[in-house]
Amino acid sequence: MFEANRLHKRFGQHVVLEDVSLRFEAGRLSGIMGPNGAGKTTCFNLLTGRYAPDRGKVTFEGRDITGLPPRAIARLGISRSFQVMNLFDDYSAQDNVRVAMPATRARGFSMLGSFGGESDVLARVGLAGKENVKAKSLSYGDRRALEIGVALAAQPRLLFLDEPTAGLGMEATARIAGLIAELKRTITIVMIEHDMKFLFGLADHIYVMHWGQVIAQGSPAQLRANPWVQRSNLGQLG
Amino acid sequence: MLQEQTMLLRTMHGWAPAPMLATFALFASLPFWIKGVGLYPYLGVEVMIWIIYALGFNLLLGYGGLPSFGHGAFFGVGAYAFGLAQLQLSPNLWLCLAAAVFAGGLAGALVAAFISHRRGIYYALLTIAFGQIFWFVAIKWHSVTRGEDGLLNIKRPAFLDDLNSLYWFCFAVFVVVVVLLWRLVNAPFGRVLSAIRQNETRARFVGYHVWLYKWLAFVLSALIAGLAGGLFALAQQSAYPNVMSLHQSGFVVMMALVGGGLVSFWGPVIGAVLFFIARDLLGAYTEAWLLWYGLLFMAIVLFRPEGLAGIFNVRSKPAA
Repeated sequence: MFEANRLHKRFGQHVVLEDVSLRFEAGRLSGIMGPNGAGKTTCFNLLTGRYAPDRGKVTFEGRDITGLPPRAIARLGISRSFQVMNLFDDYSAQDNVRVAMPATRARGFSMLGSFGGESDVLARVGLAGKENVKAKSLSYGDRRALEIGVALAAQPRLLFLDEPTAGLGMEATARIAGLIAELKRTITIVMIEHDMKFLFGLADHIYVMHWGQVIAQGSPAQLRANPWVQRSNLGQLG
Repeated sequence: MLQEQTMLLRTMHGWAPAPMLATFALFASLPFWIKGVGLYPYLGVEVMIWIIYALGFNLLLGYGGLPSFGHGAFFGVGAYAFGLAQLQLSPNLWLCLAAAVFAGGLAGALVAAFISHRRGIYYALLTIAFGQIFWFVAIKWHSVTRGEDGLLNIKRPAFLDDLNSLYWFCFAVFVVVVVLLWRLVNAPFGRVLSAIRQNETRARFVGYHVWLYKWLAFVLSALIAGLAGGLFALAQQSAYPNVMSLHQSGFVVMMALVGGGLVSFWGPVIGAVLFFIARDLLGAYTEAWLLWYGLLFMAIVLFRPEGLAGIFNVRSKPAA
């Protein structure tokens, strides 16, 4: 469904990604893991159009999308959430979702029409009853859920989630895990995650990145046997 | 029954919320009491024109988060276009006003094409630079603009010759502009523009063409400034470069900020009314009235950045 072929990216002298190739199959949840600075988020930024790769090719459903701007990629049905939260802070949870809906985008230049639209996204991410709370007044965990909600409101066929549990405690993490398990049934998902237990529990296929390269990949079962994964995470995987 | 009432309230809010009705009531009654408080009806004309200008300006500043410090250029272009259309083309009022709107919008479209990819201080500085260019051209292009004197022989059509009809004509335009602008900021375009101000990155990633929204917001704002400028030329029966100066461009920024344009649609209304009260009432006592208005501006920026509307807690942006 989505393929990145031999991506390279450098910022100045600093090589951030080197010869990275990834394949995300439809209907599956793929994971990307690795230590801080491994190039995971840069990778997302290349795949979703924030930066263009220096070399390499990105295709979505057979179509070359290398170097397209974020809005063009978004319009193809690819949506993303952010590690550092990116919400419309002065808007209510409901209006955050409304802005992101393709129906609103289609009428974006309407100057006299009314702004509205109904969506079940807030209920799906567990924010029912908080429709009218401003994004900036929500709790941290609720903001994390809304971060995913805004990405979902765009009705993606492919959803990129950048560390959806960053900064969350166990309970809140479990809530997001339940949500993602539910989403997985209908949407193809690619997820960057630090929390390995979380990732291994959800993913069908995982890429391990280090120093800007893919150093291992496979199913969770295959990766459990991988020496690098074992060395860095024995305790956490239990 | 209750449901019908809420529906009615919603429609009211969508088209004519309480602050709008209060504003209209103020200006509809103004000719009947203004002389009683020692002022004069023409002041009402001036204030309405500046409110139109300031509300259009605030579409850019308050909703788009785009600081334009050379907006007087478009007001001035509108005034000159009105005058030139009348002197060169036709005395028809509607044609002259259309020329003002069109010229303001066109100038805005050009400027916006050069700056809409910039942000923050760069954006602000470029608007100043472009504003200065327009001002300079107005002074130097003597054969067209008559230099520093400006166009002095603009006439009002016969049906607007007395002050009373001029007042009600401006009031009618004022009502139409305020209603349409209120509608605009609550329509998808206004809400998306505000979303872009809040988080440009996210707006891009949910598929919005951010540049185009910023460009269009500037064009609309310039077009409204052009209309205000046209009305000003009609009222003053002249068009002169002074309105395009950096100094005068600063006035509209102060009106929007003092009133609280960053938190309320109605901020610029409060700011413009206060500005003219300060000019005419304080101005009667001291030539340094602008000093006092300036100090008020500084005090507000320092202590109440959300402006007067923020102090009164006017919740007239739709509950977000």
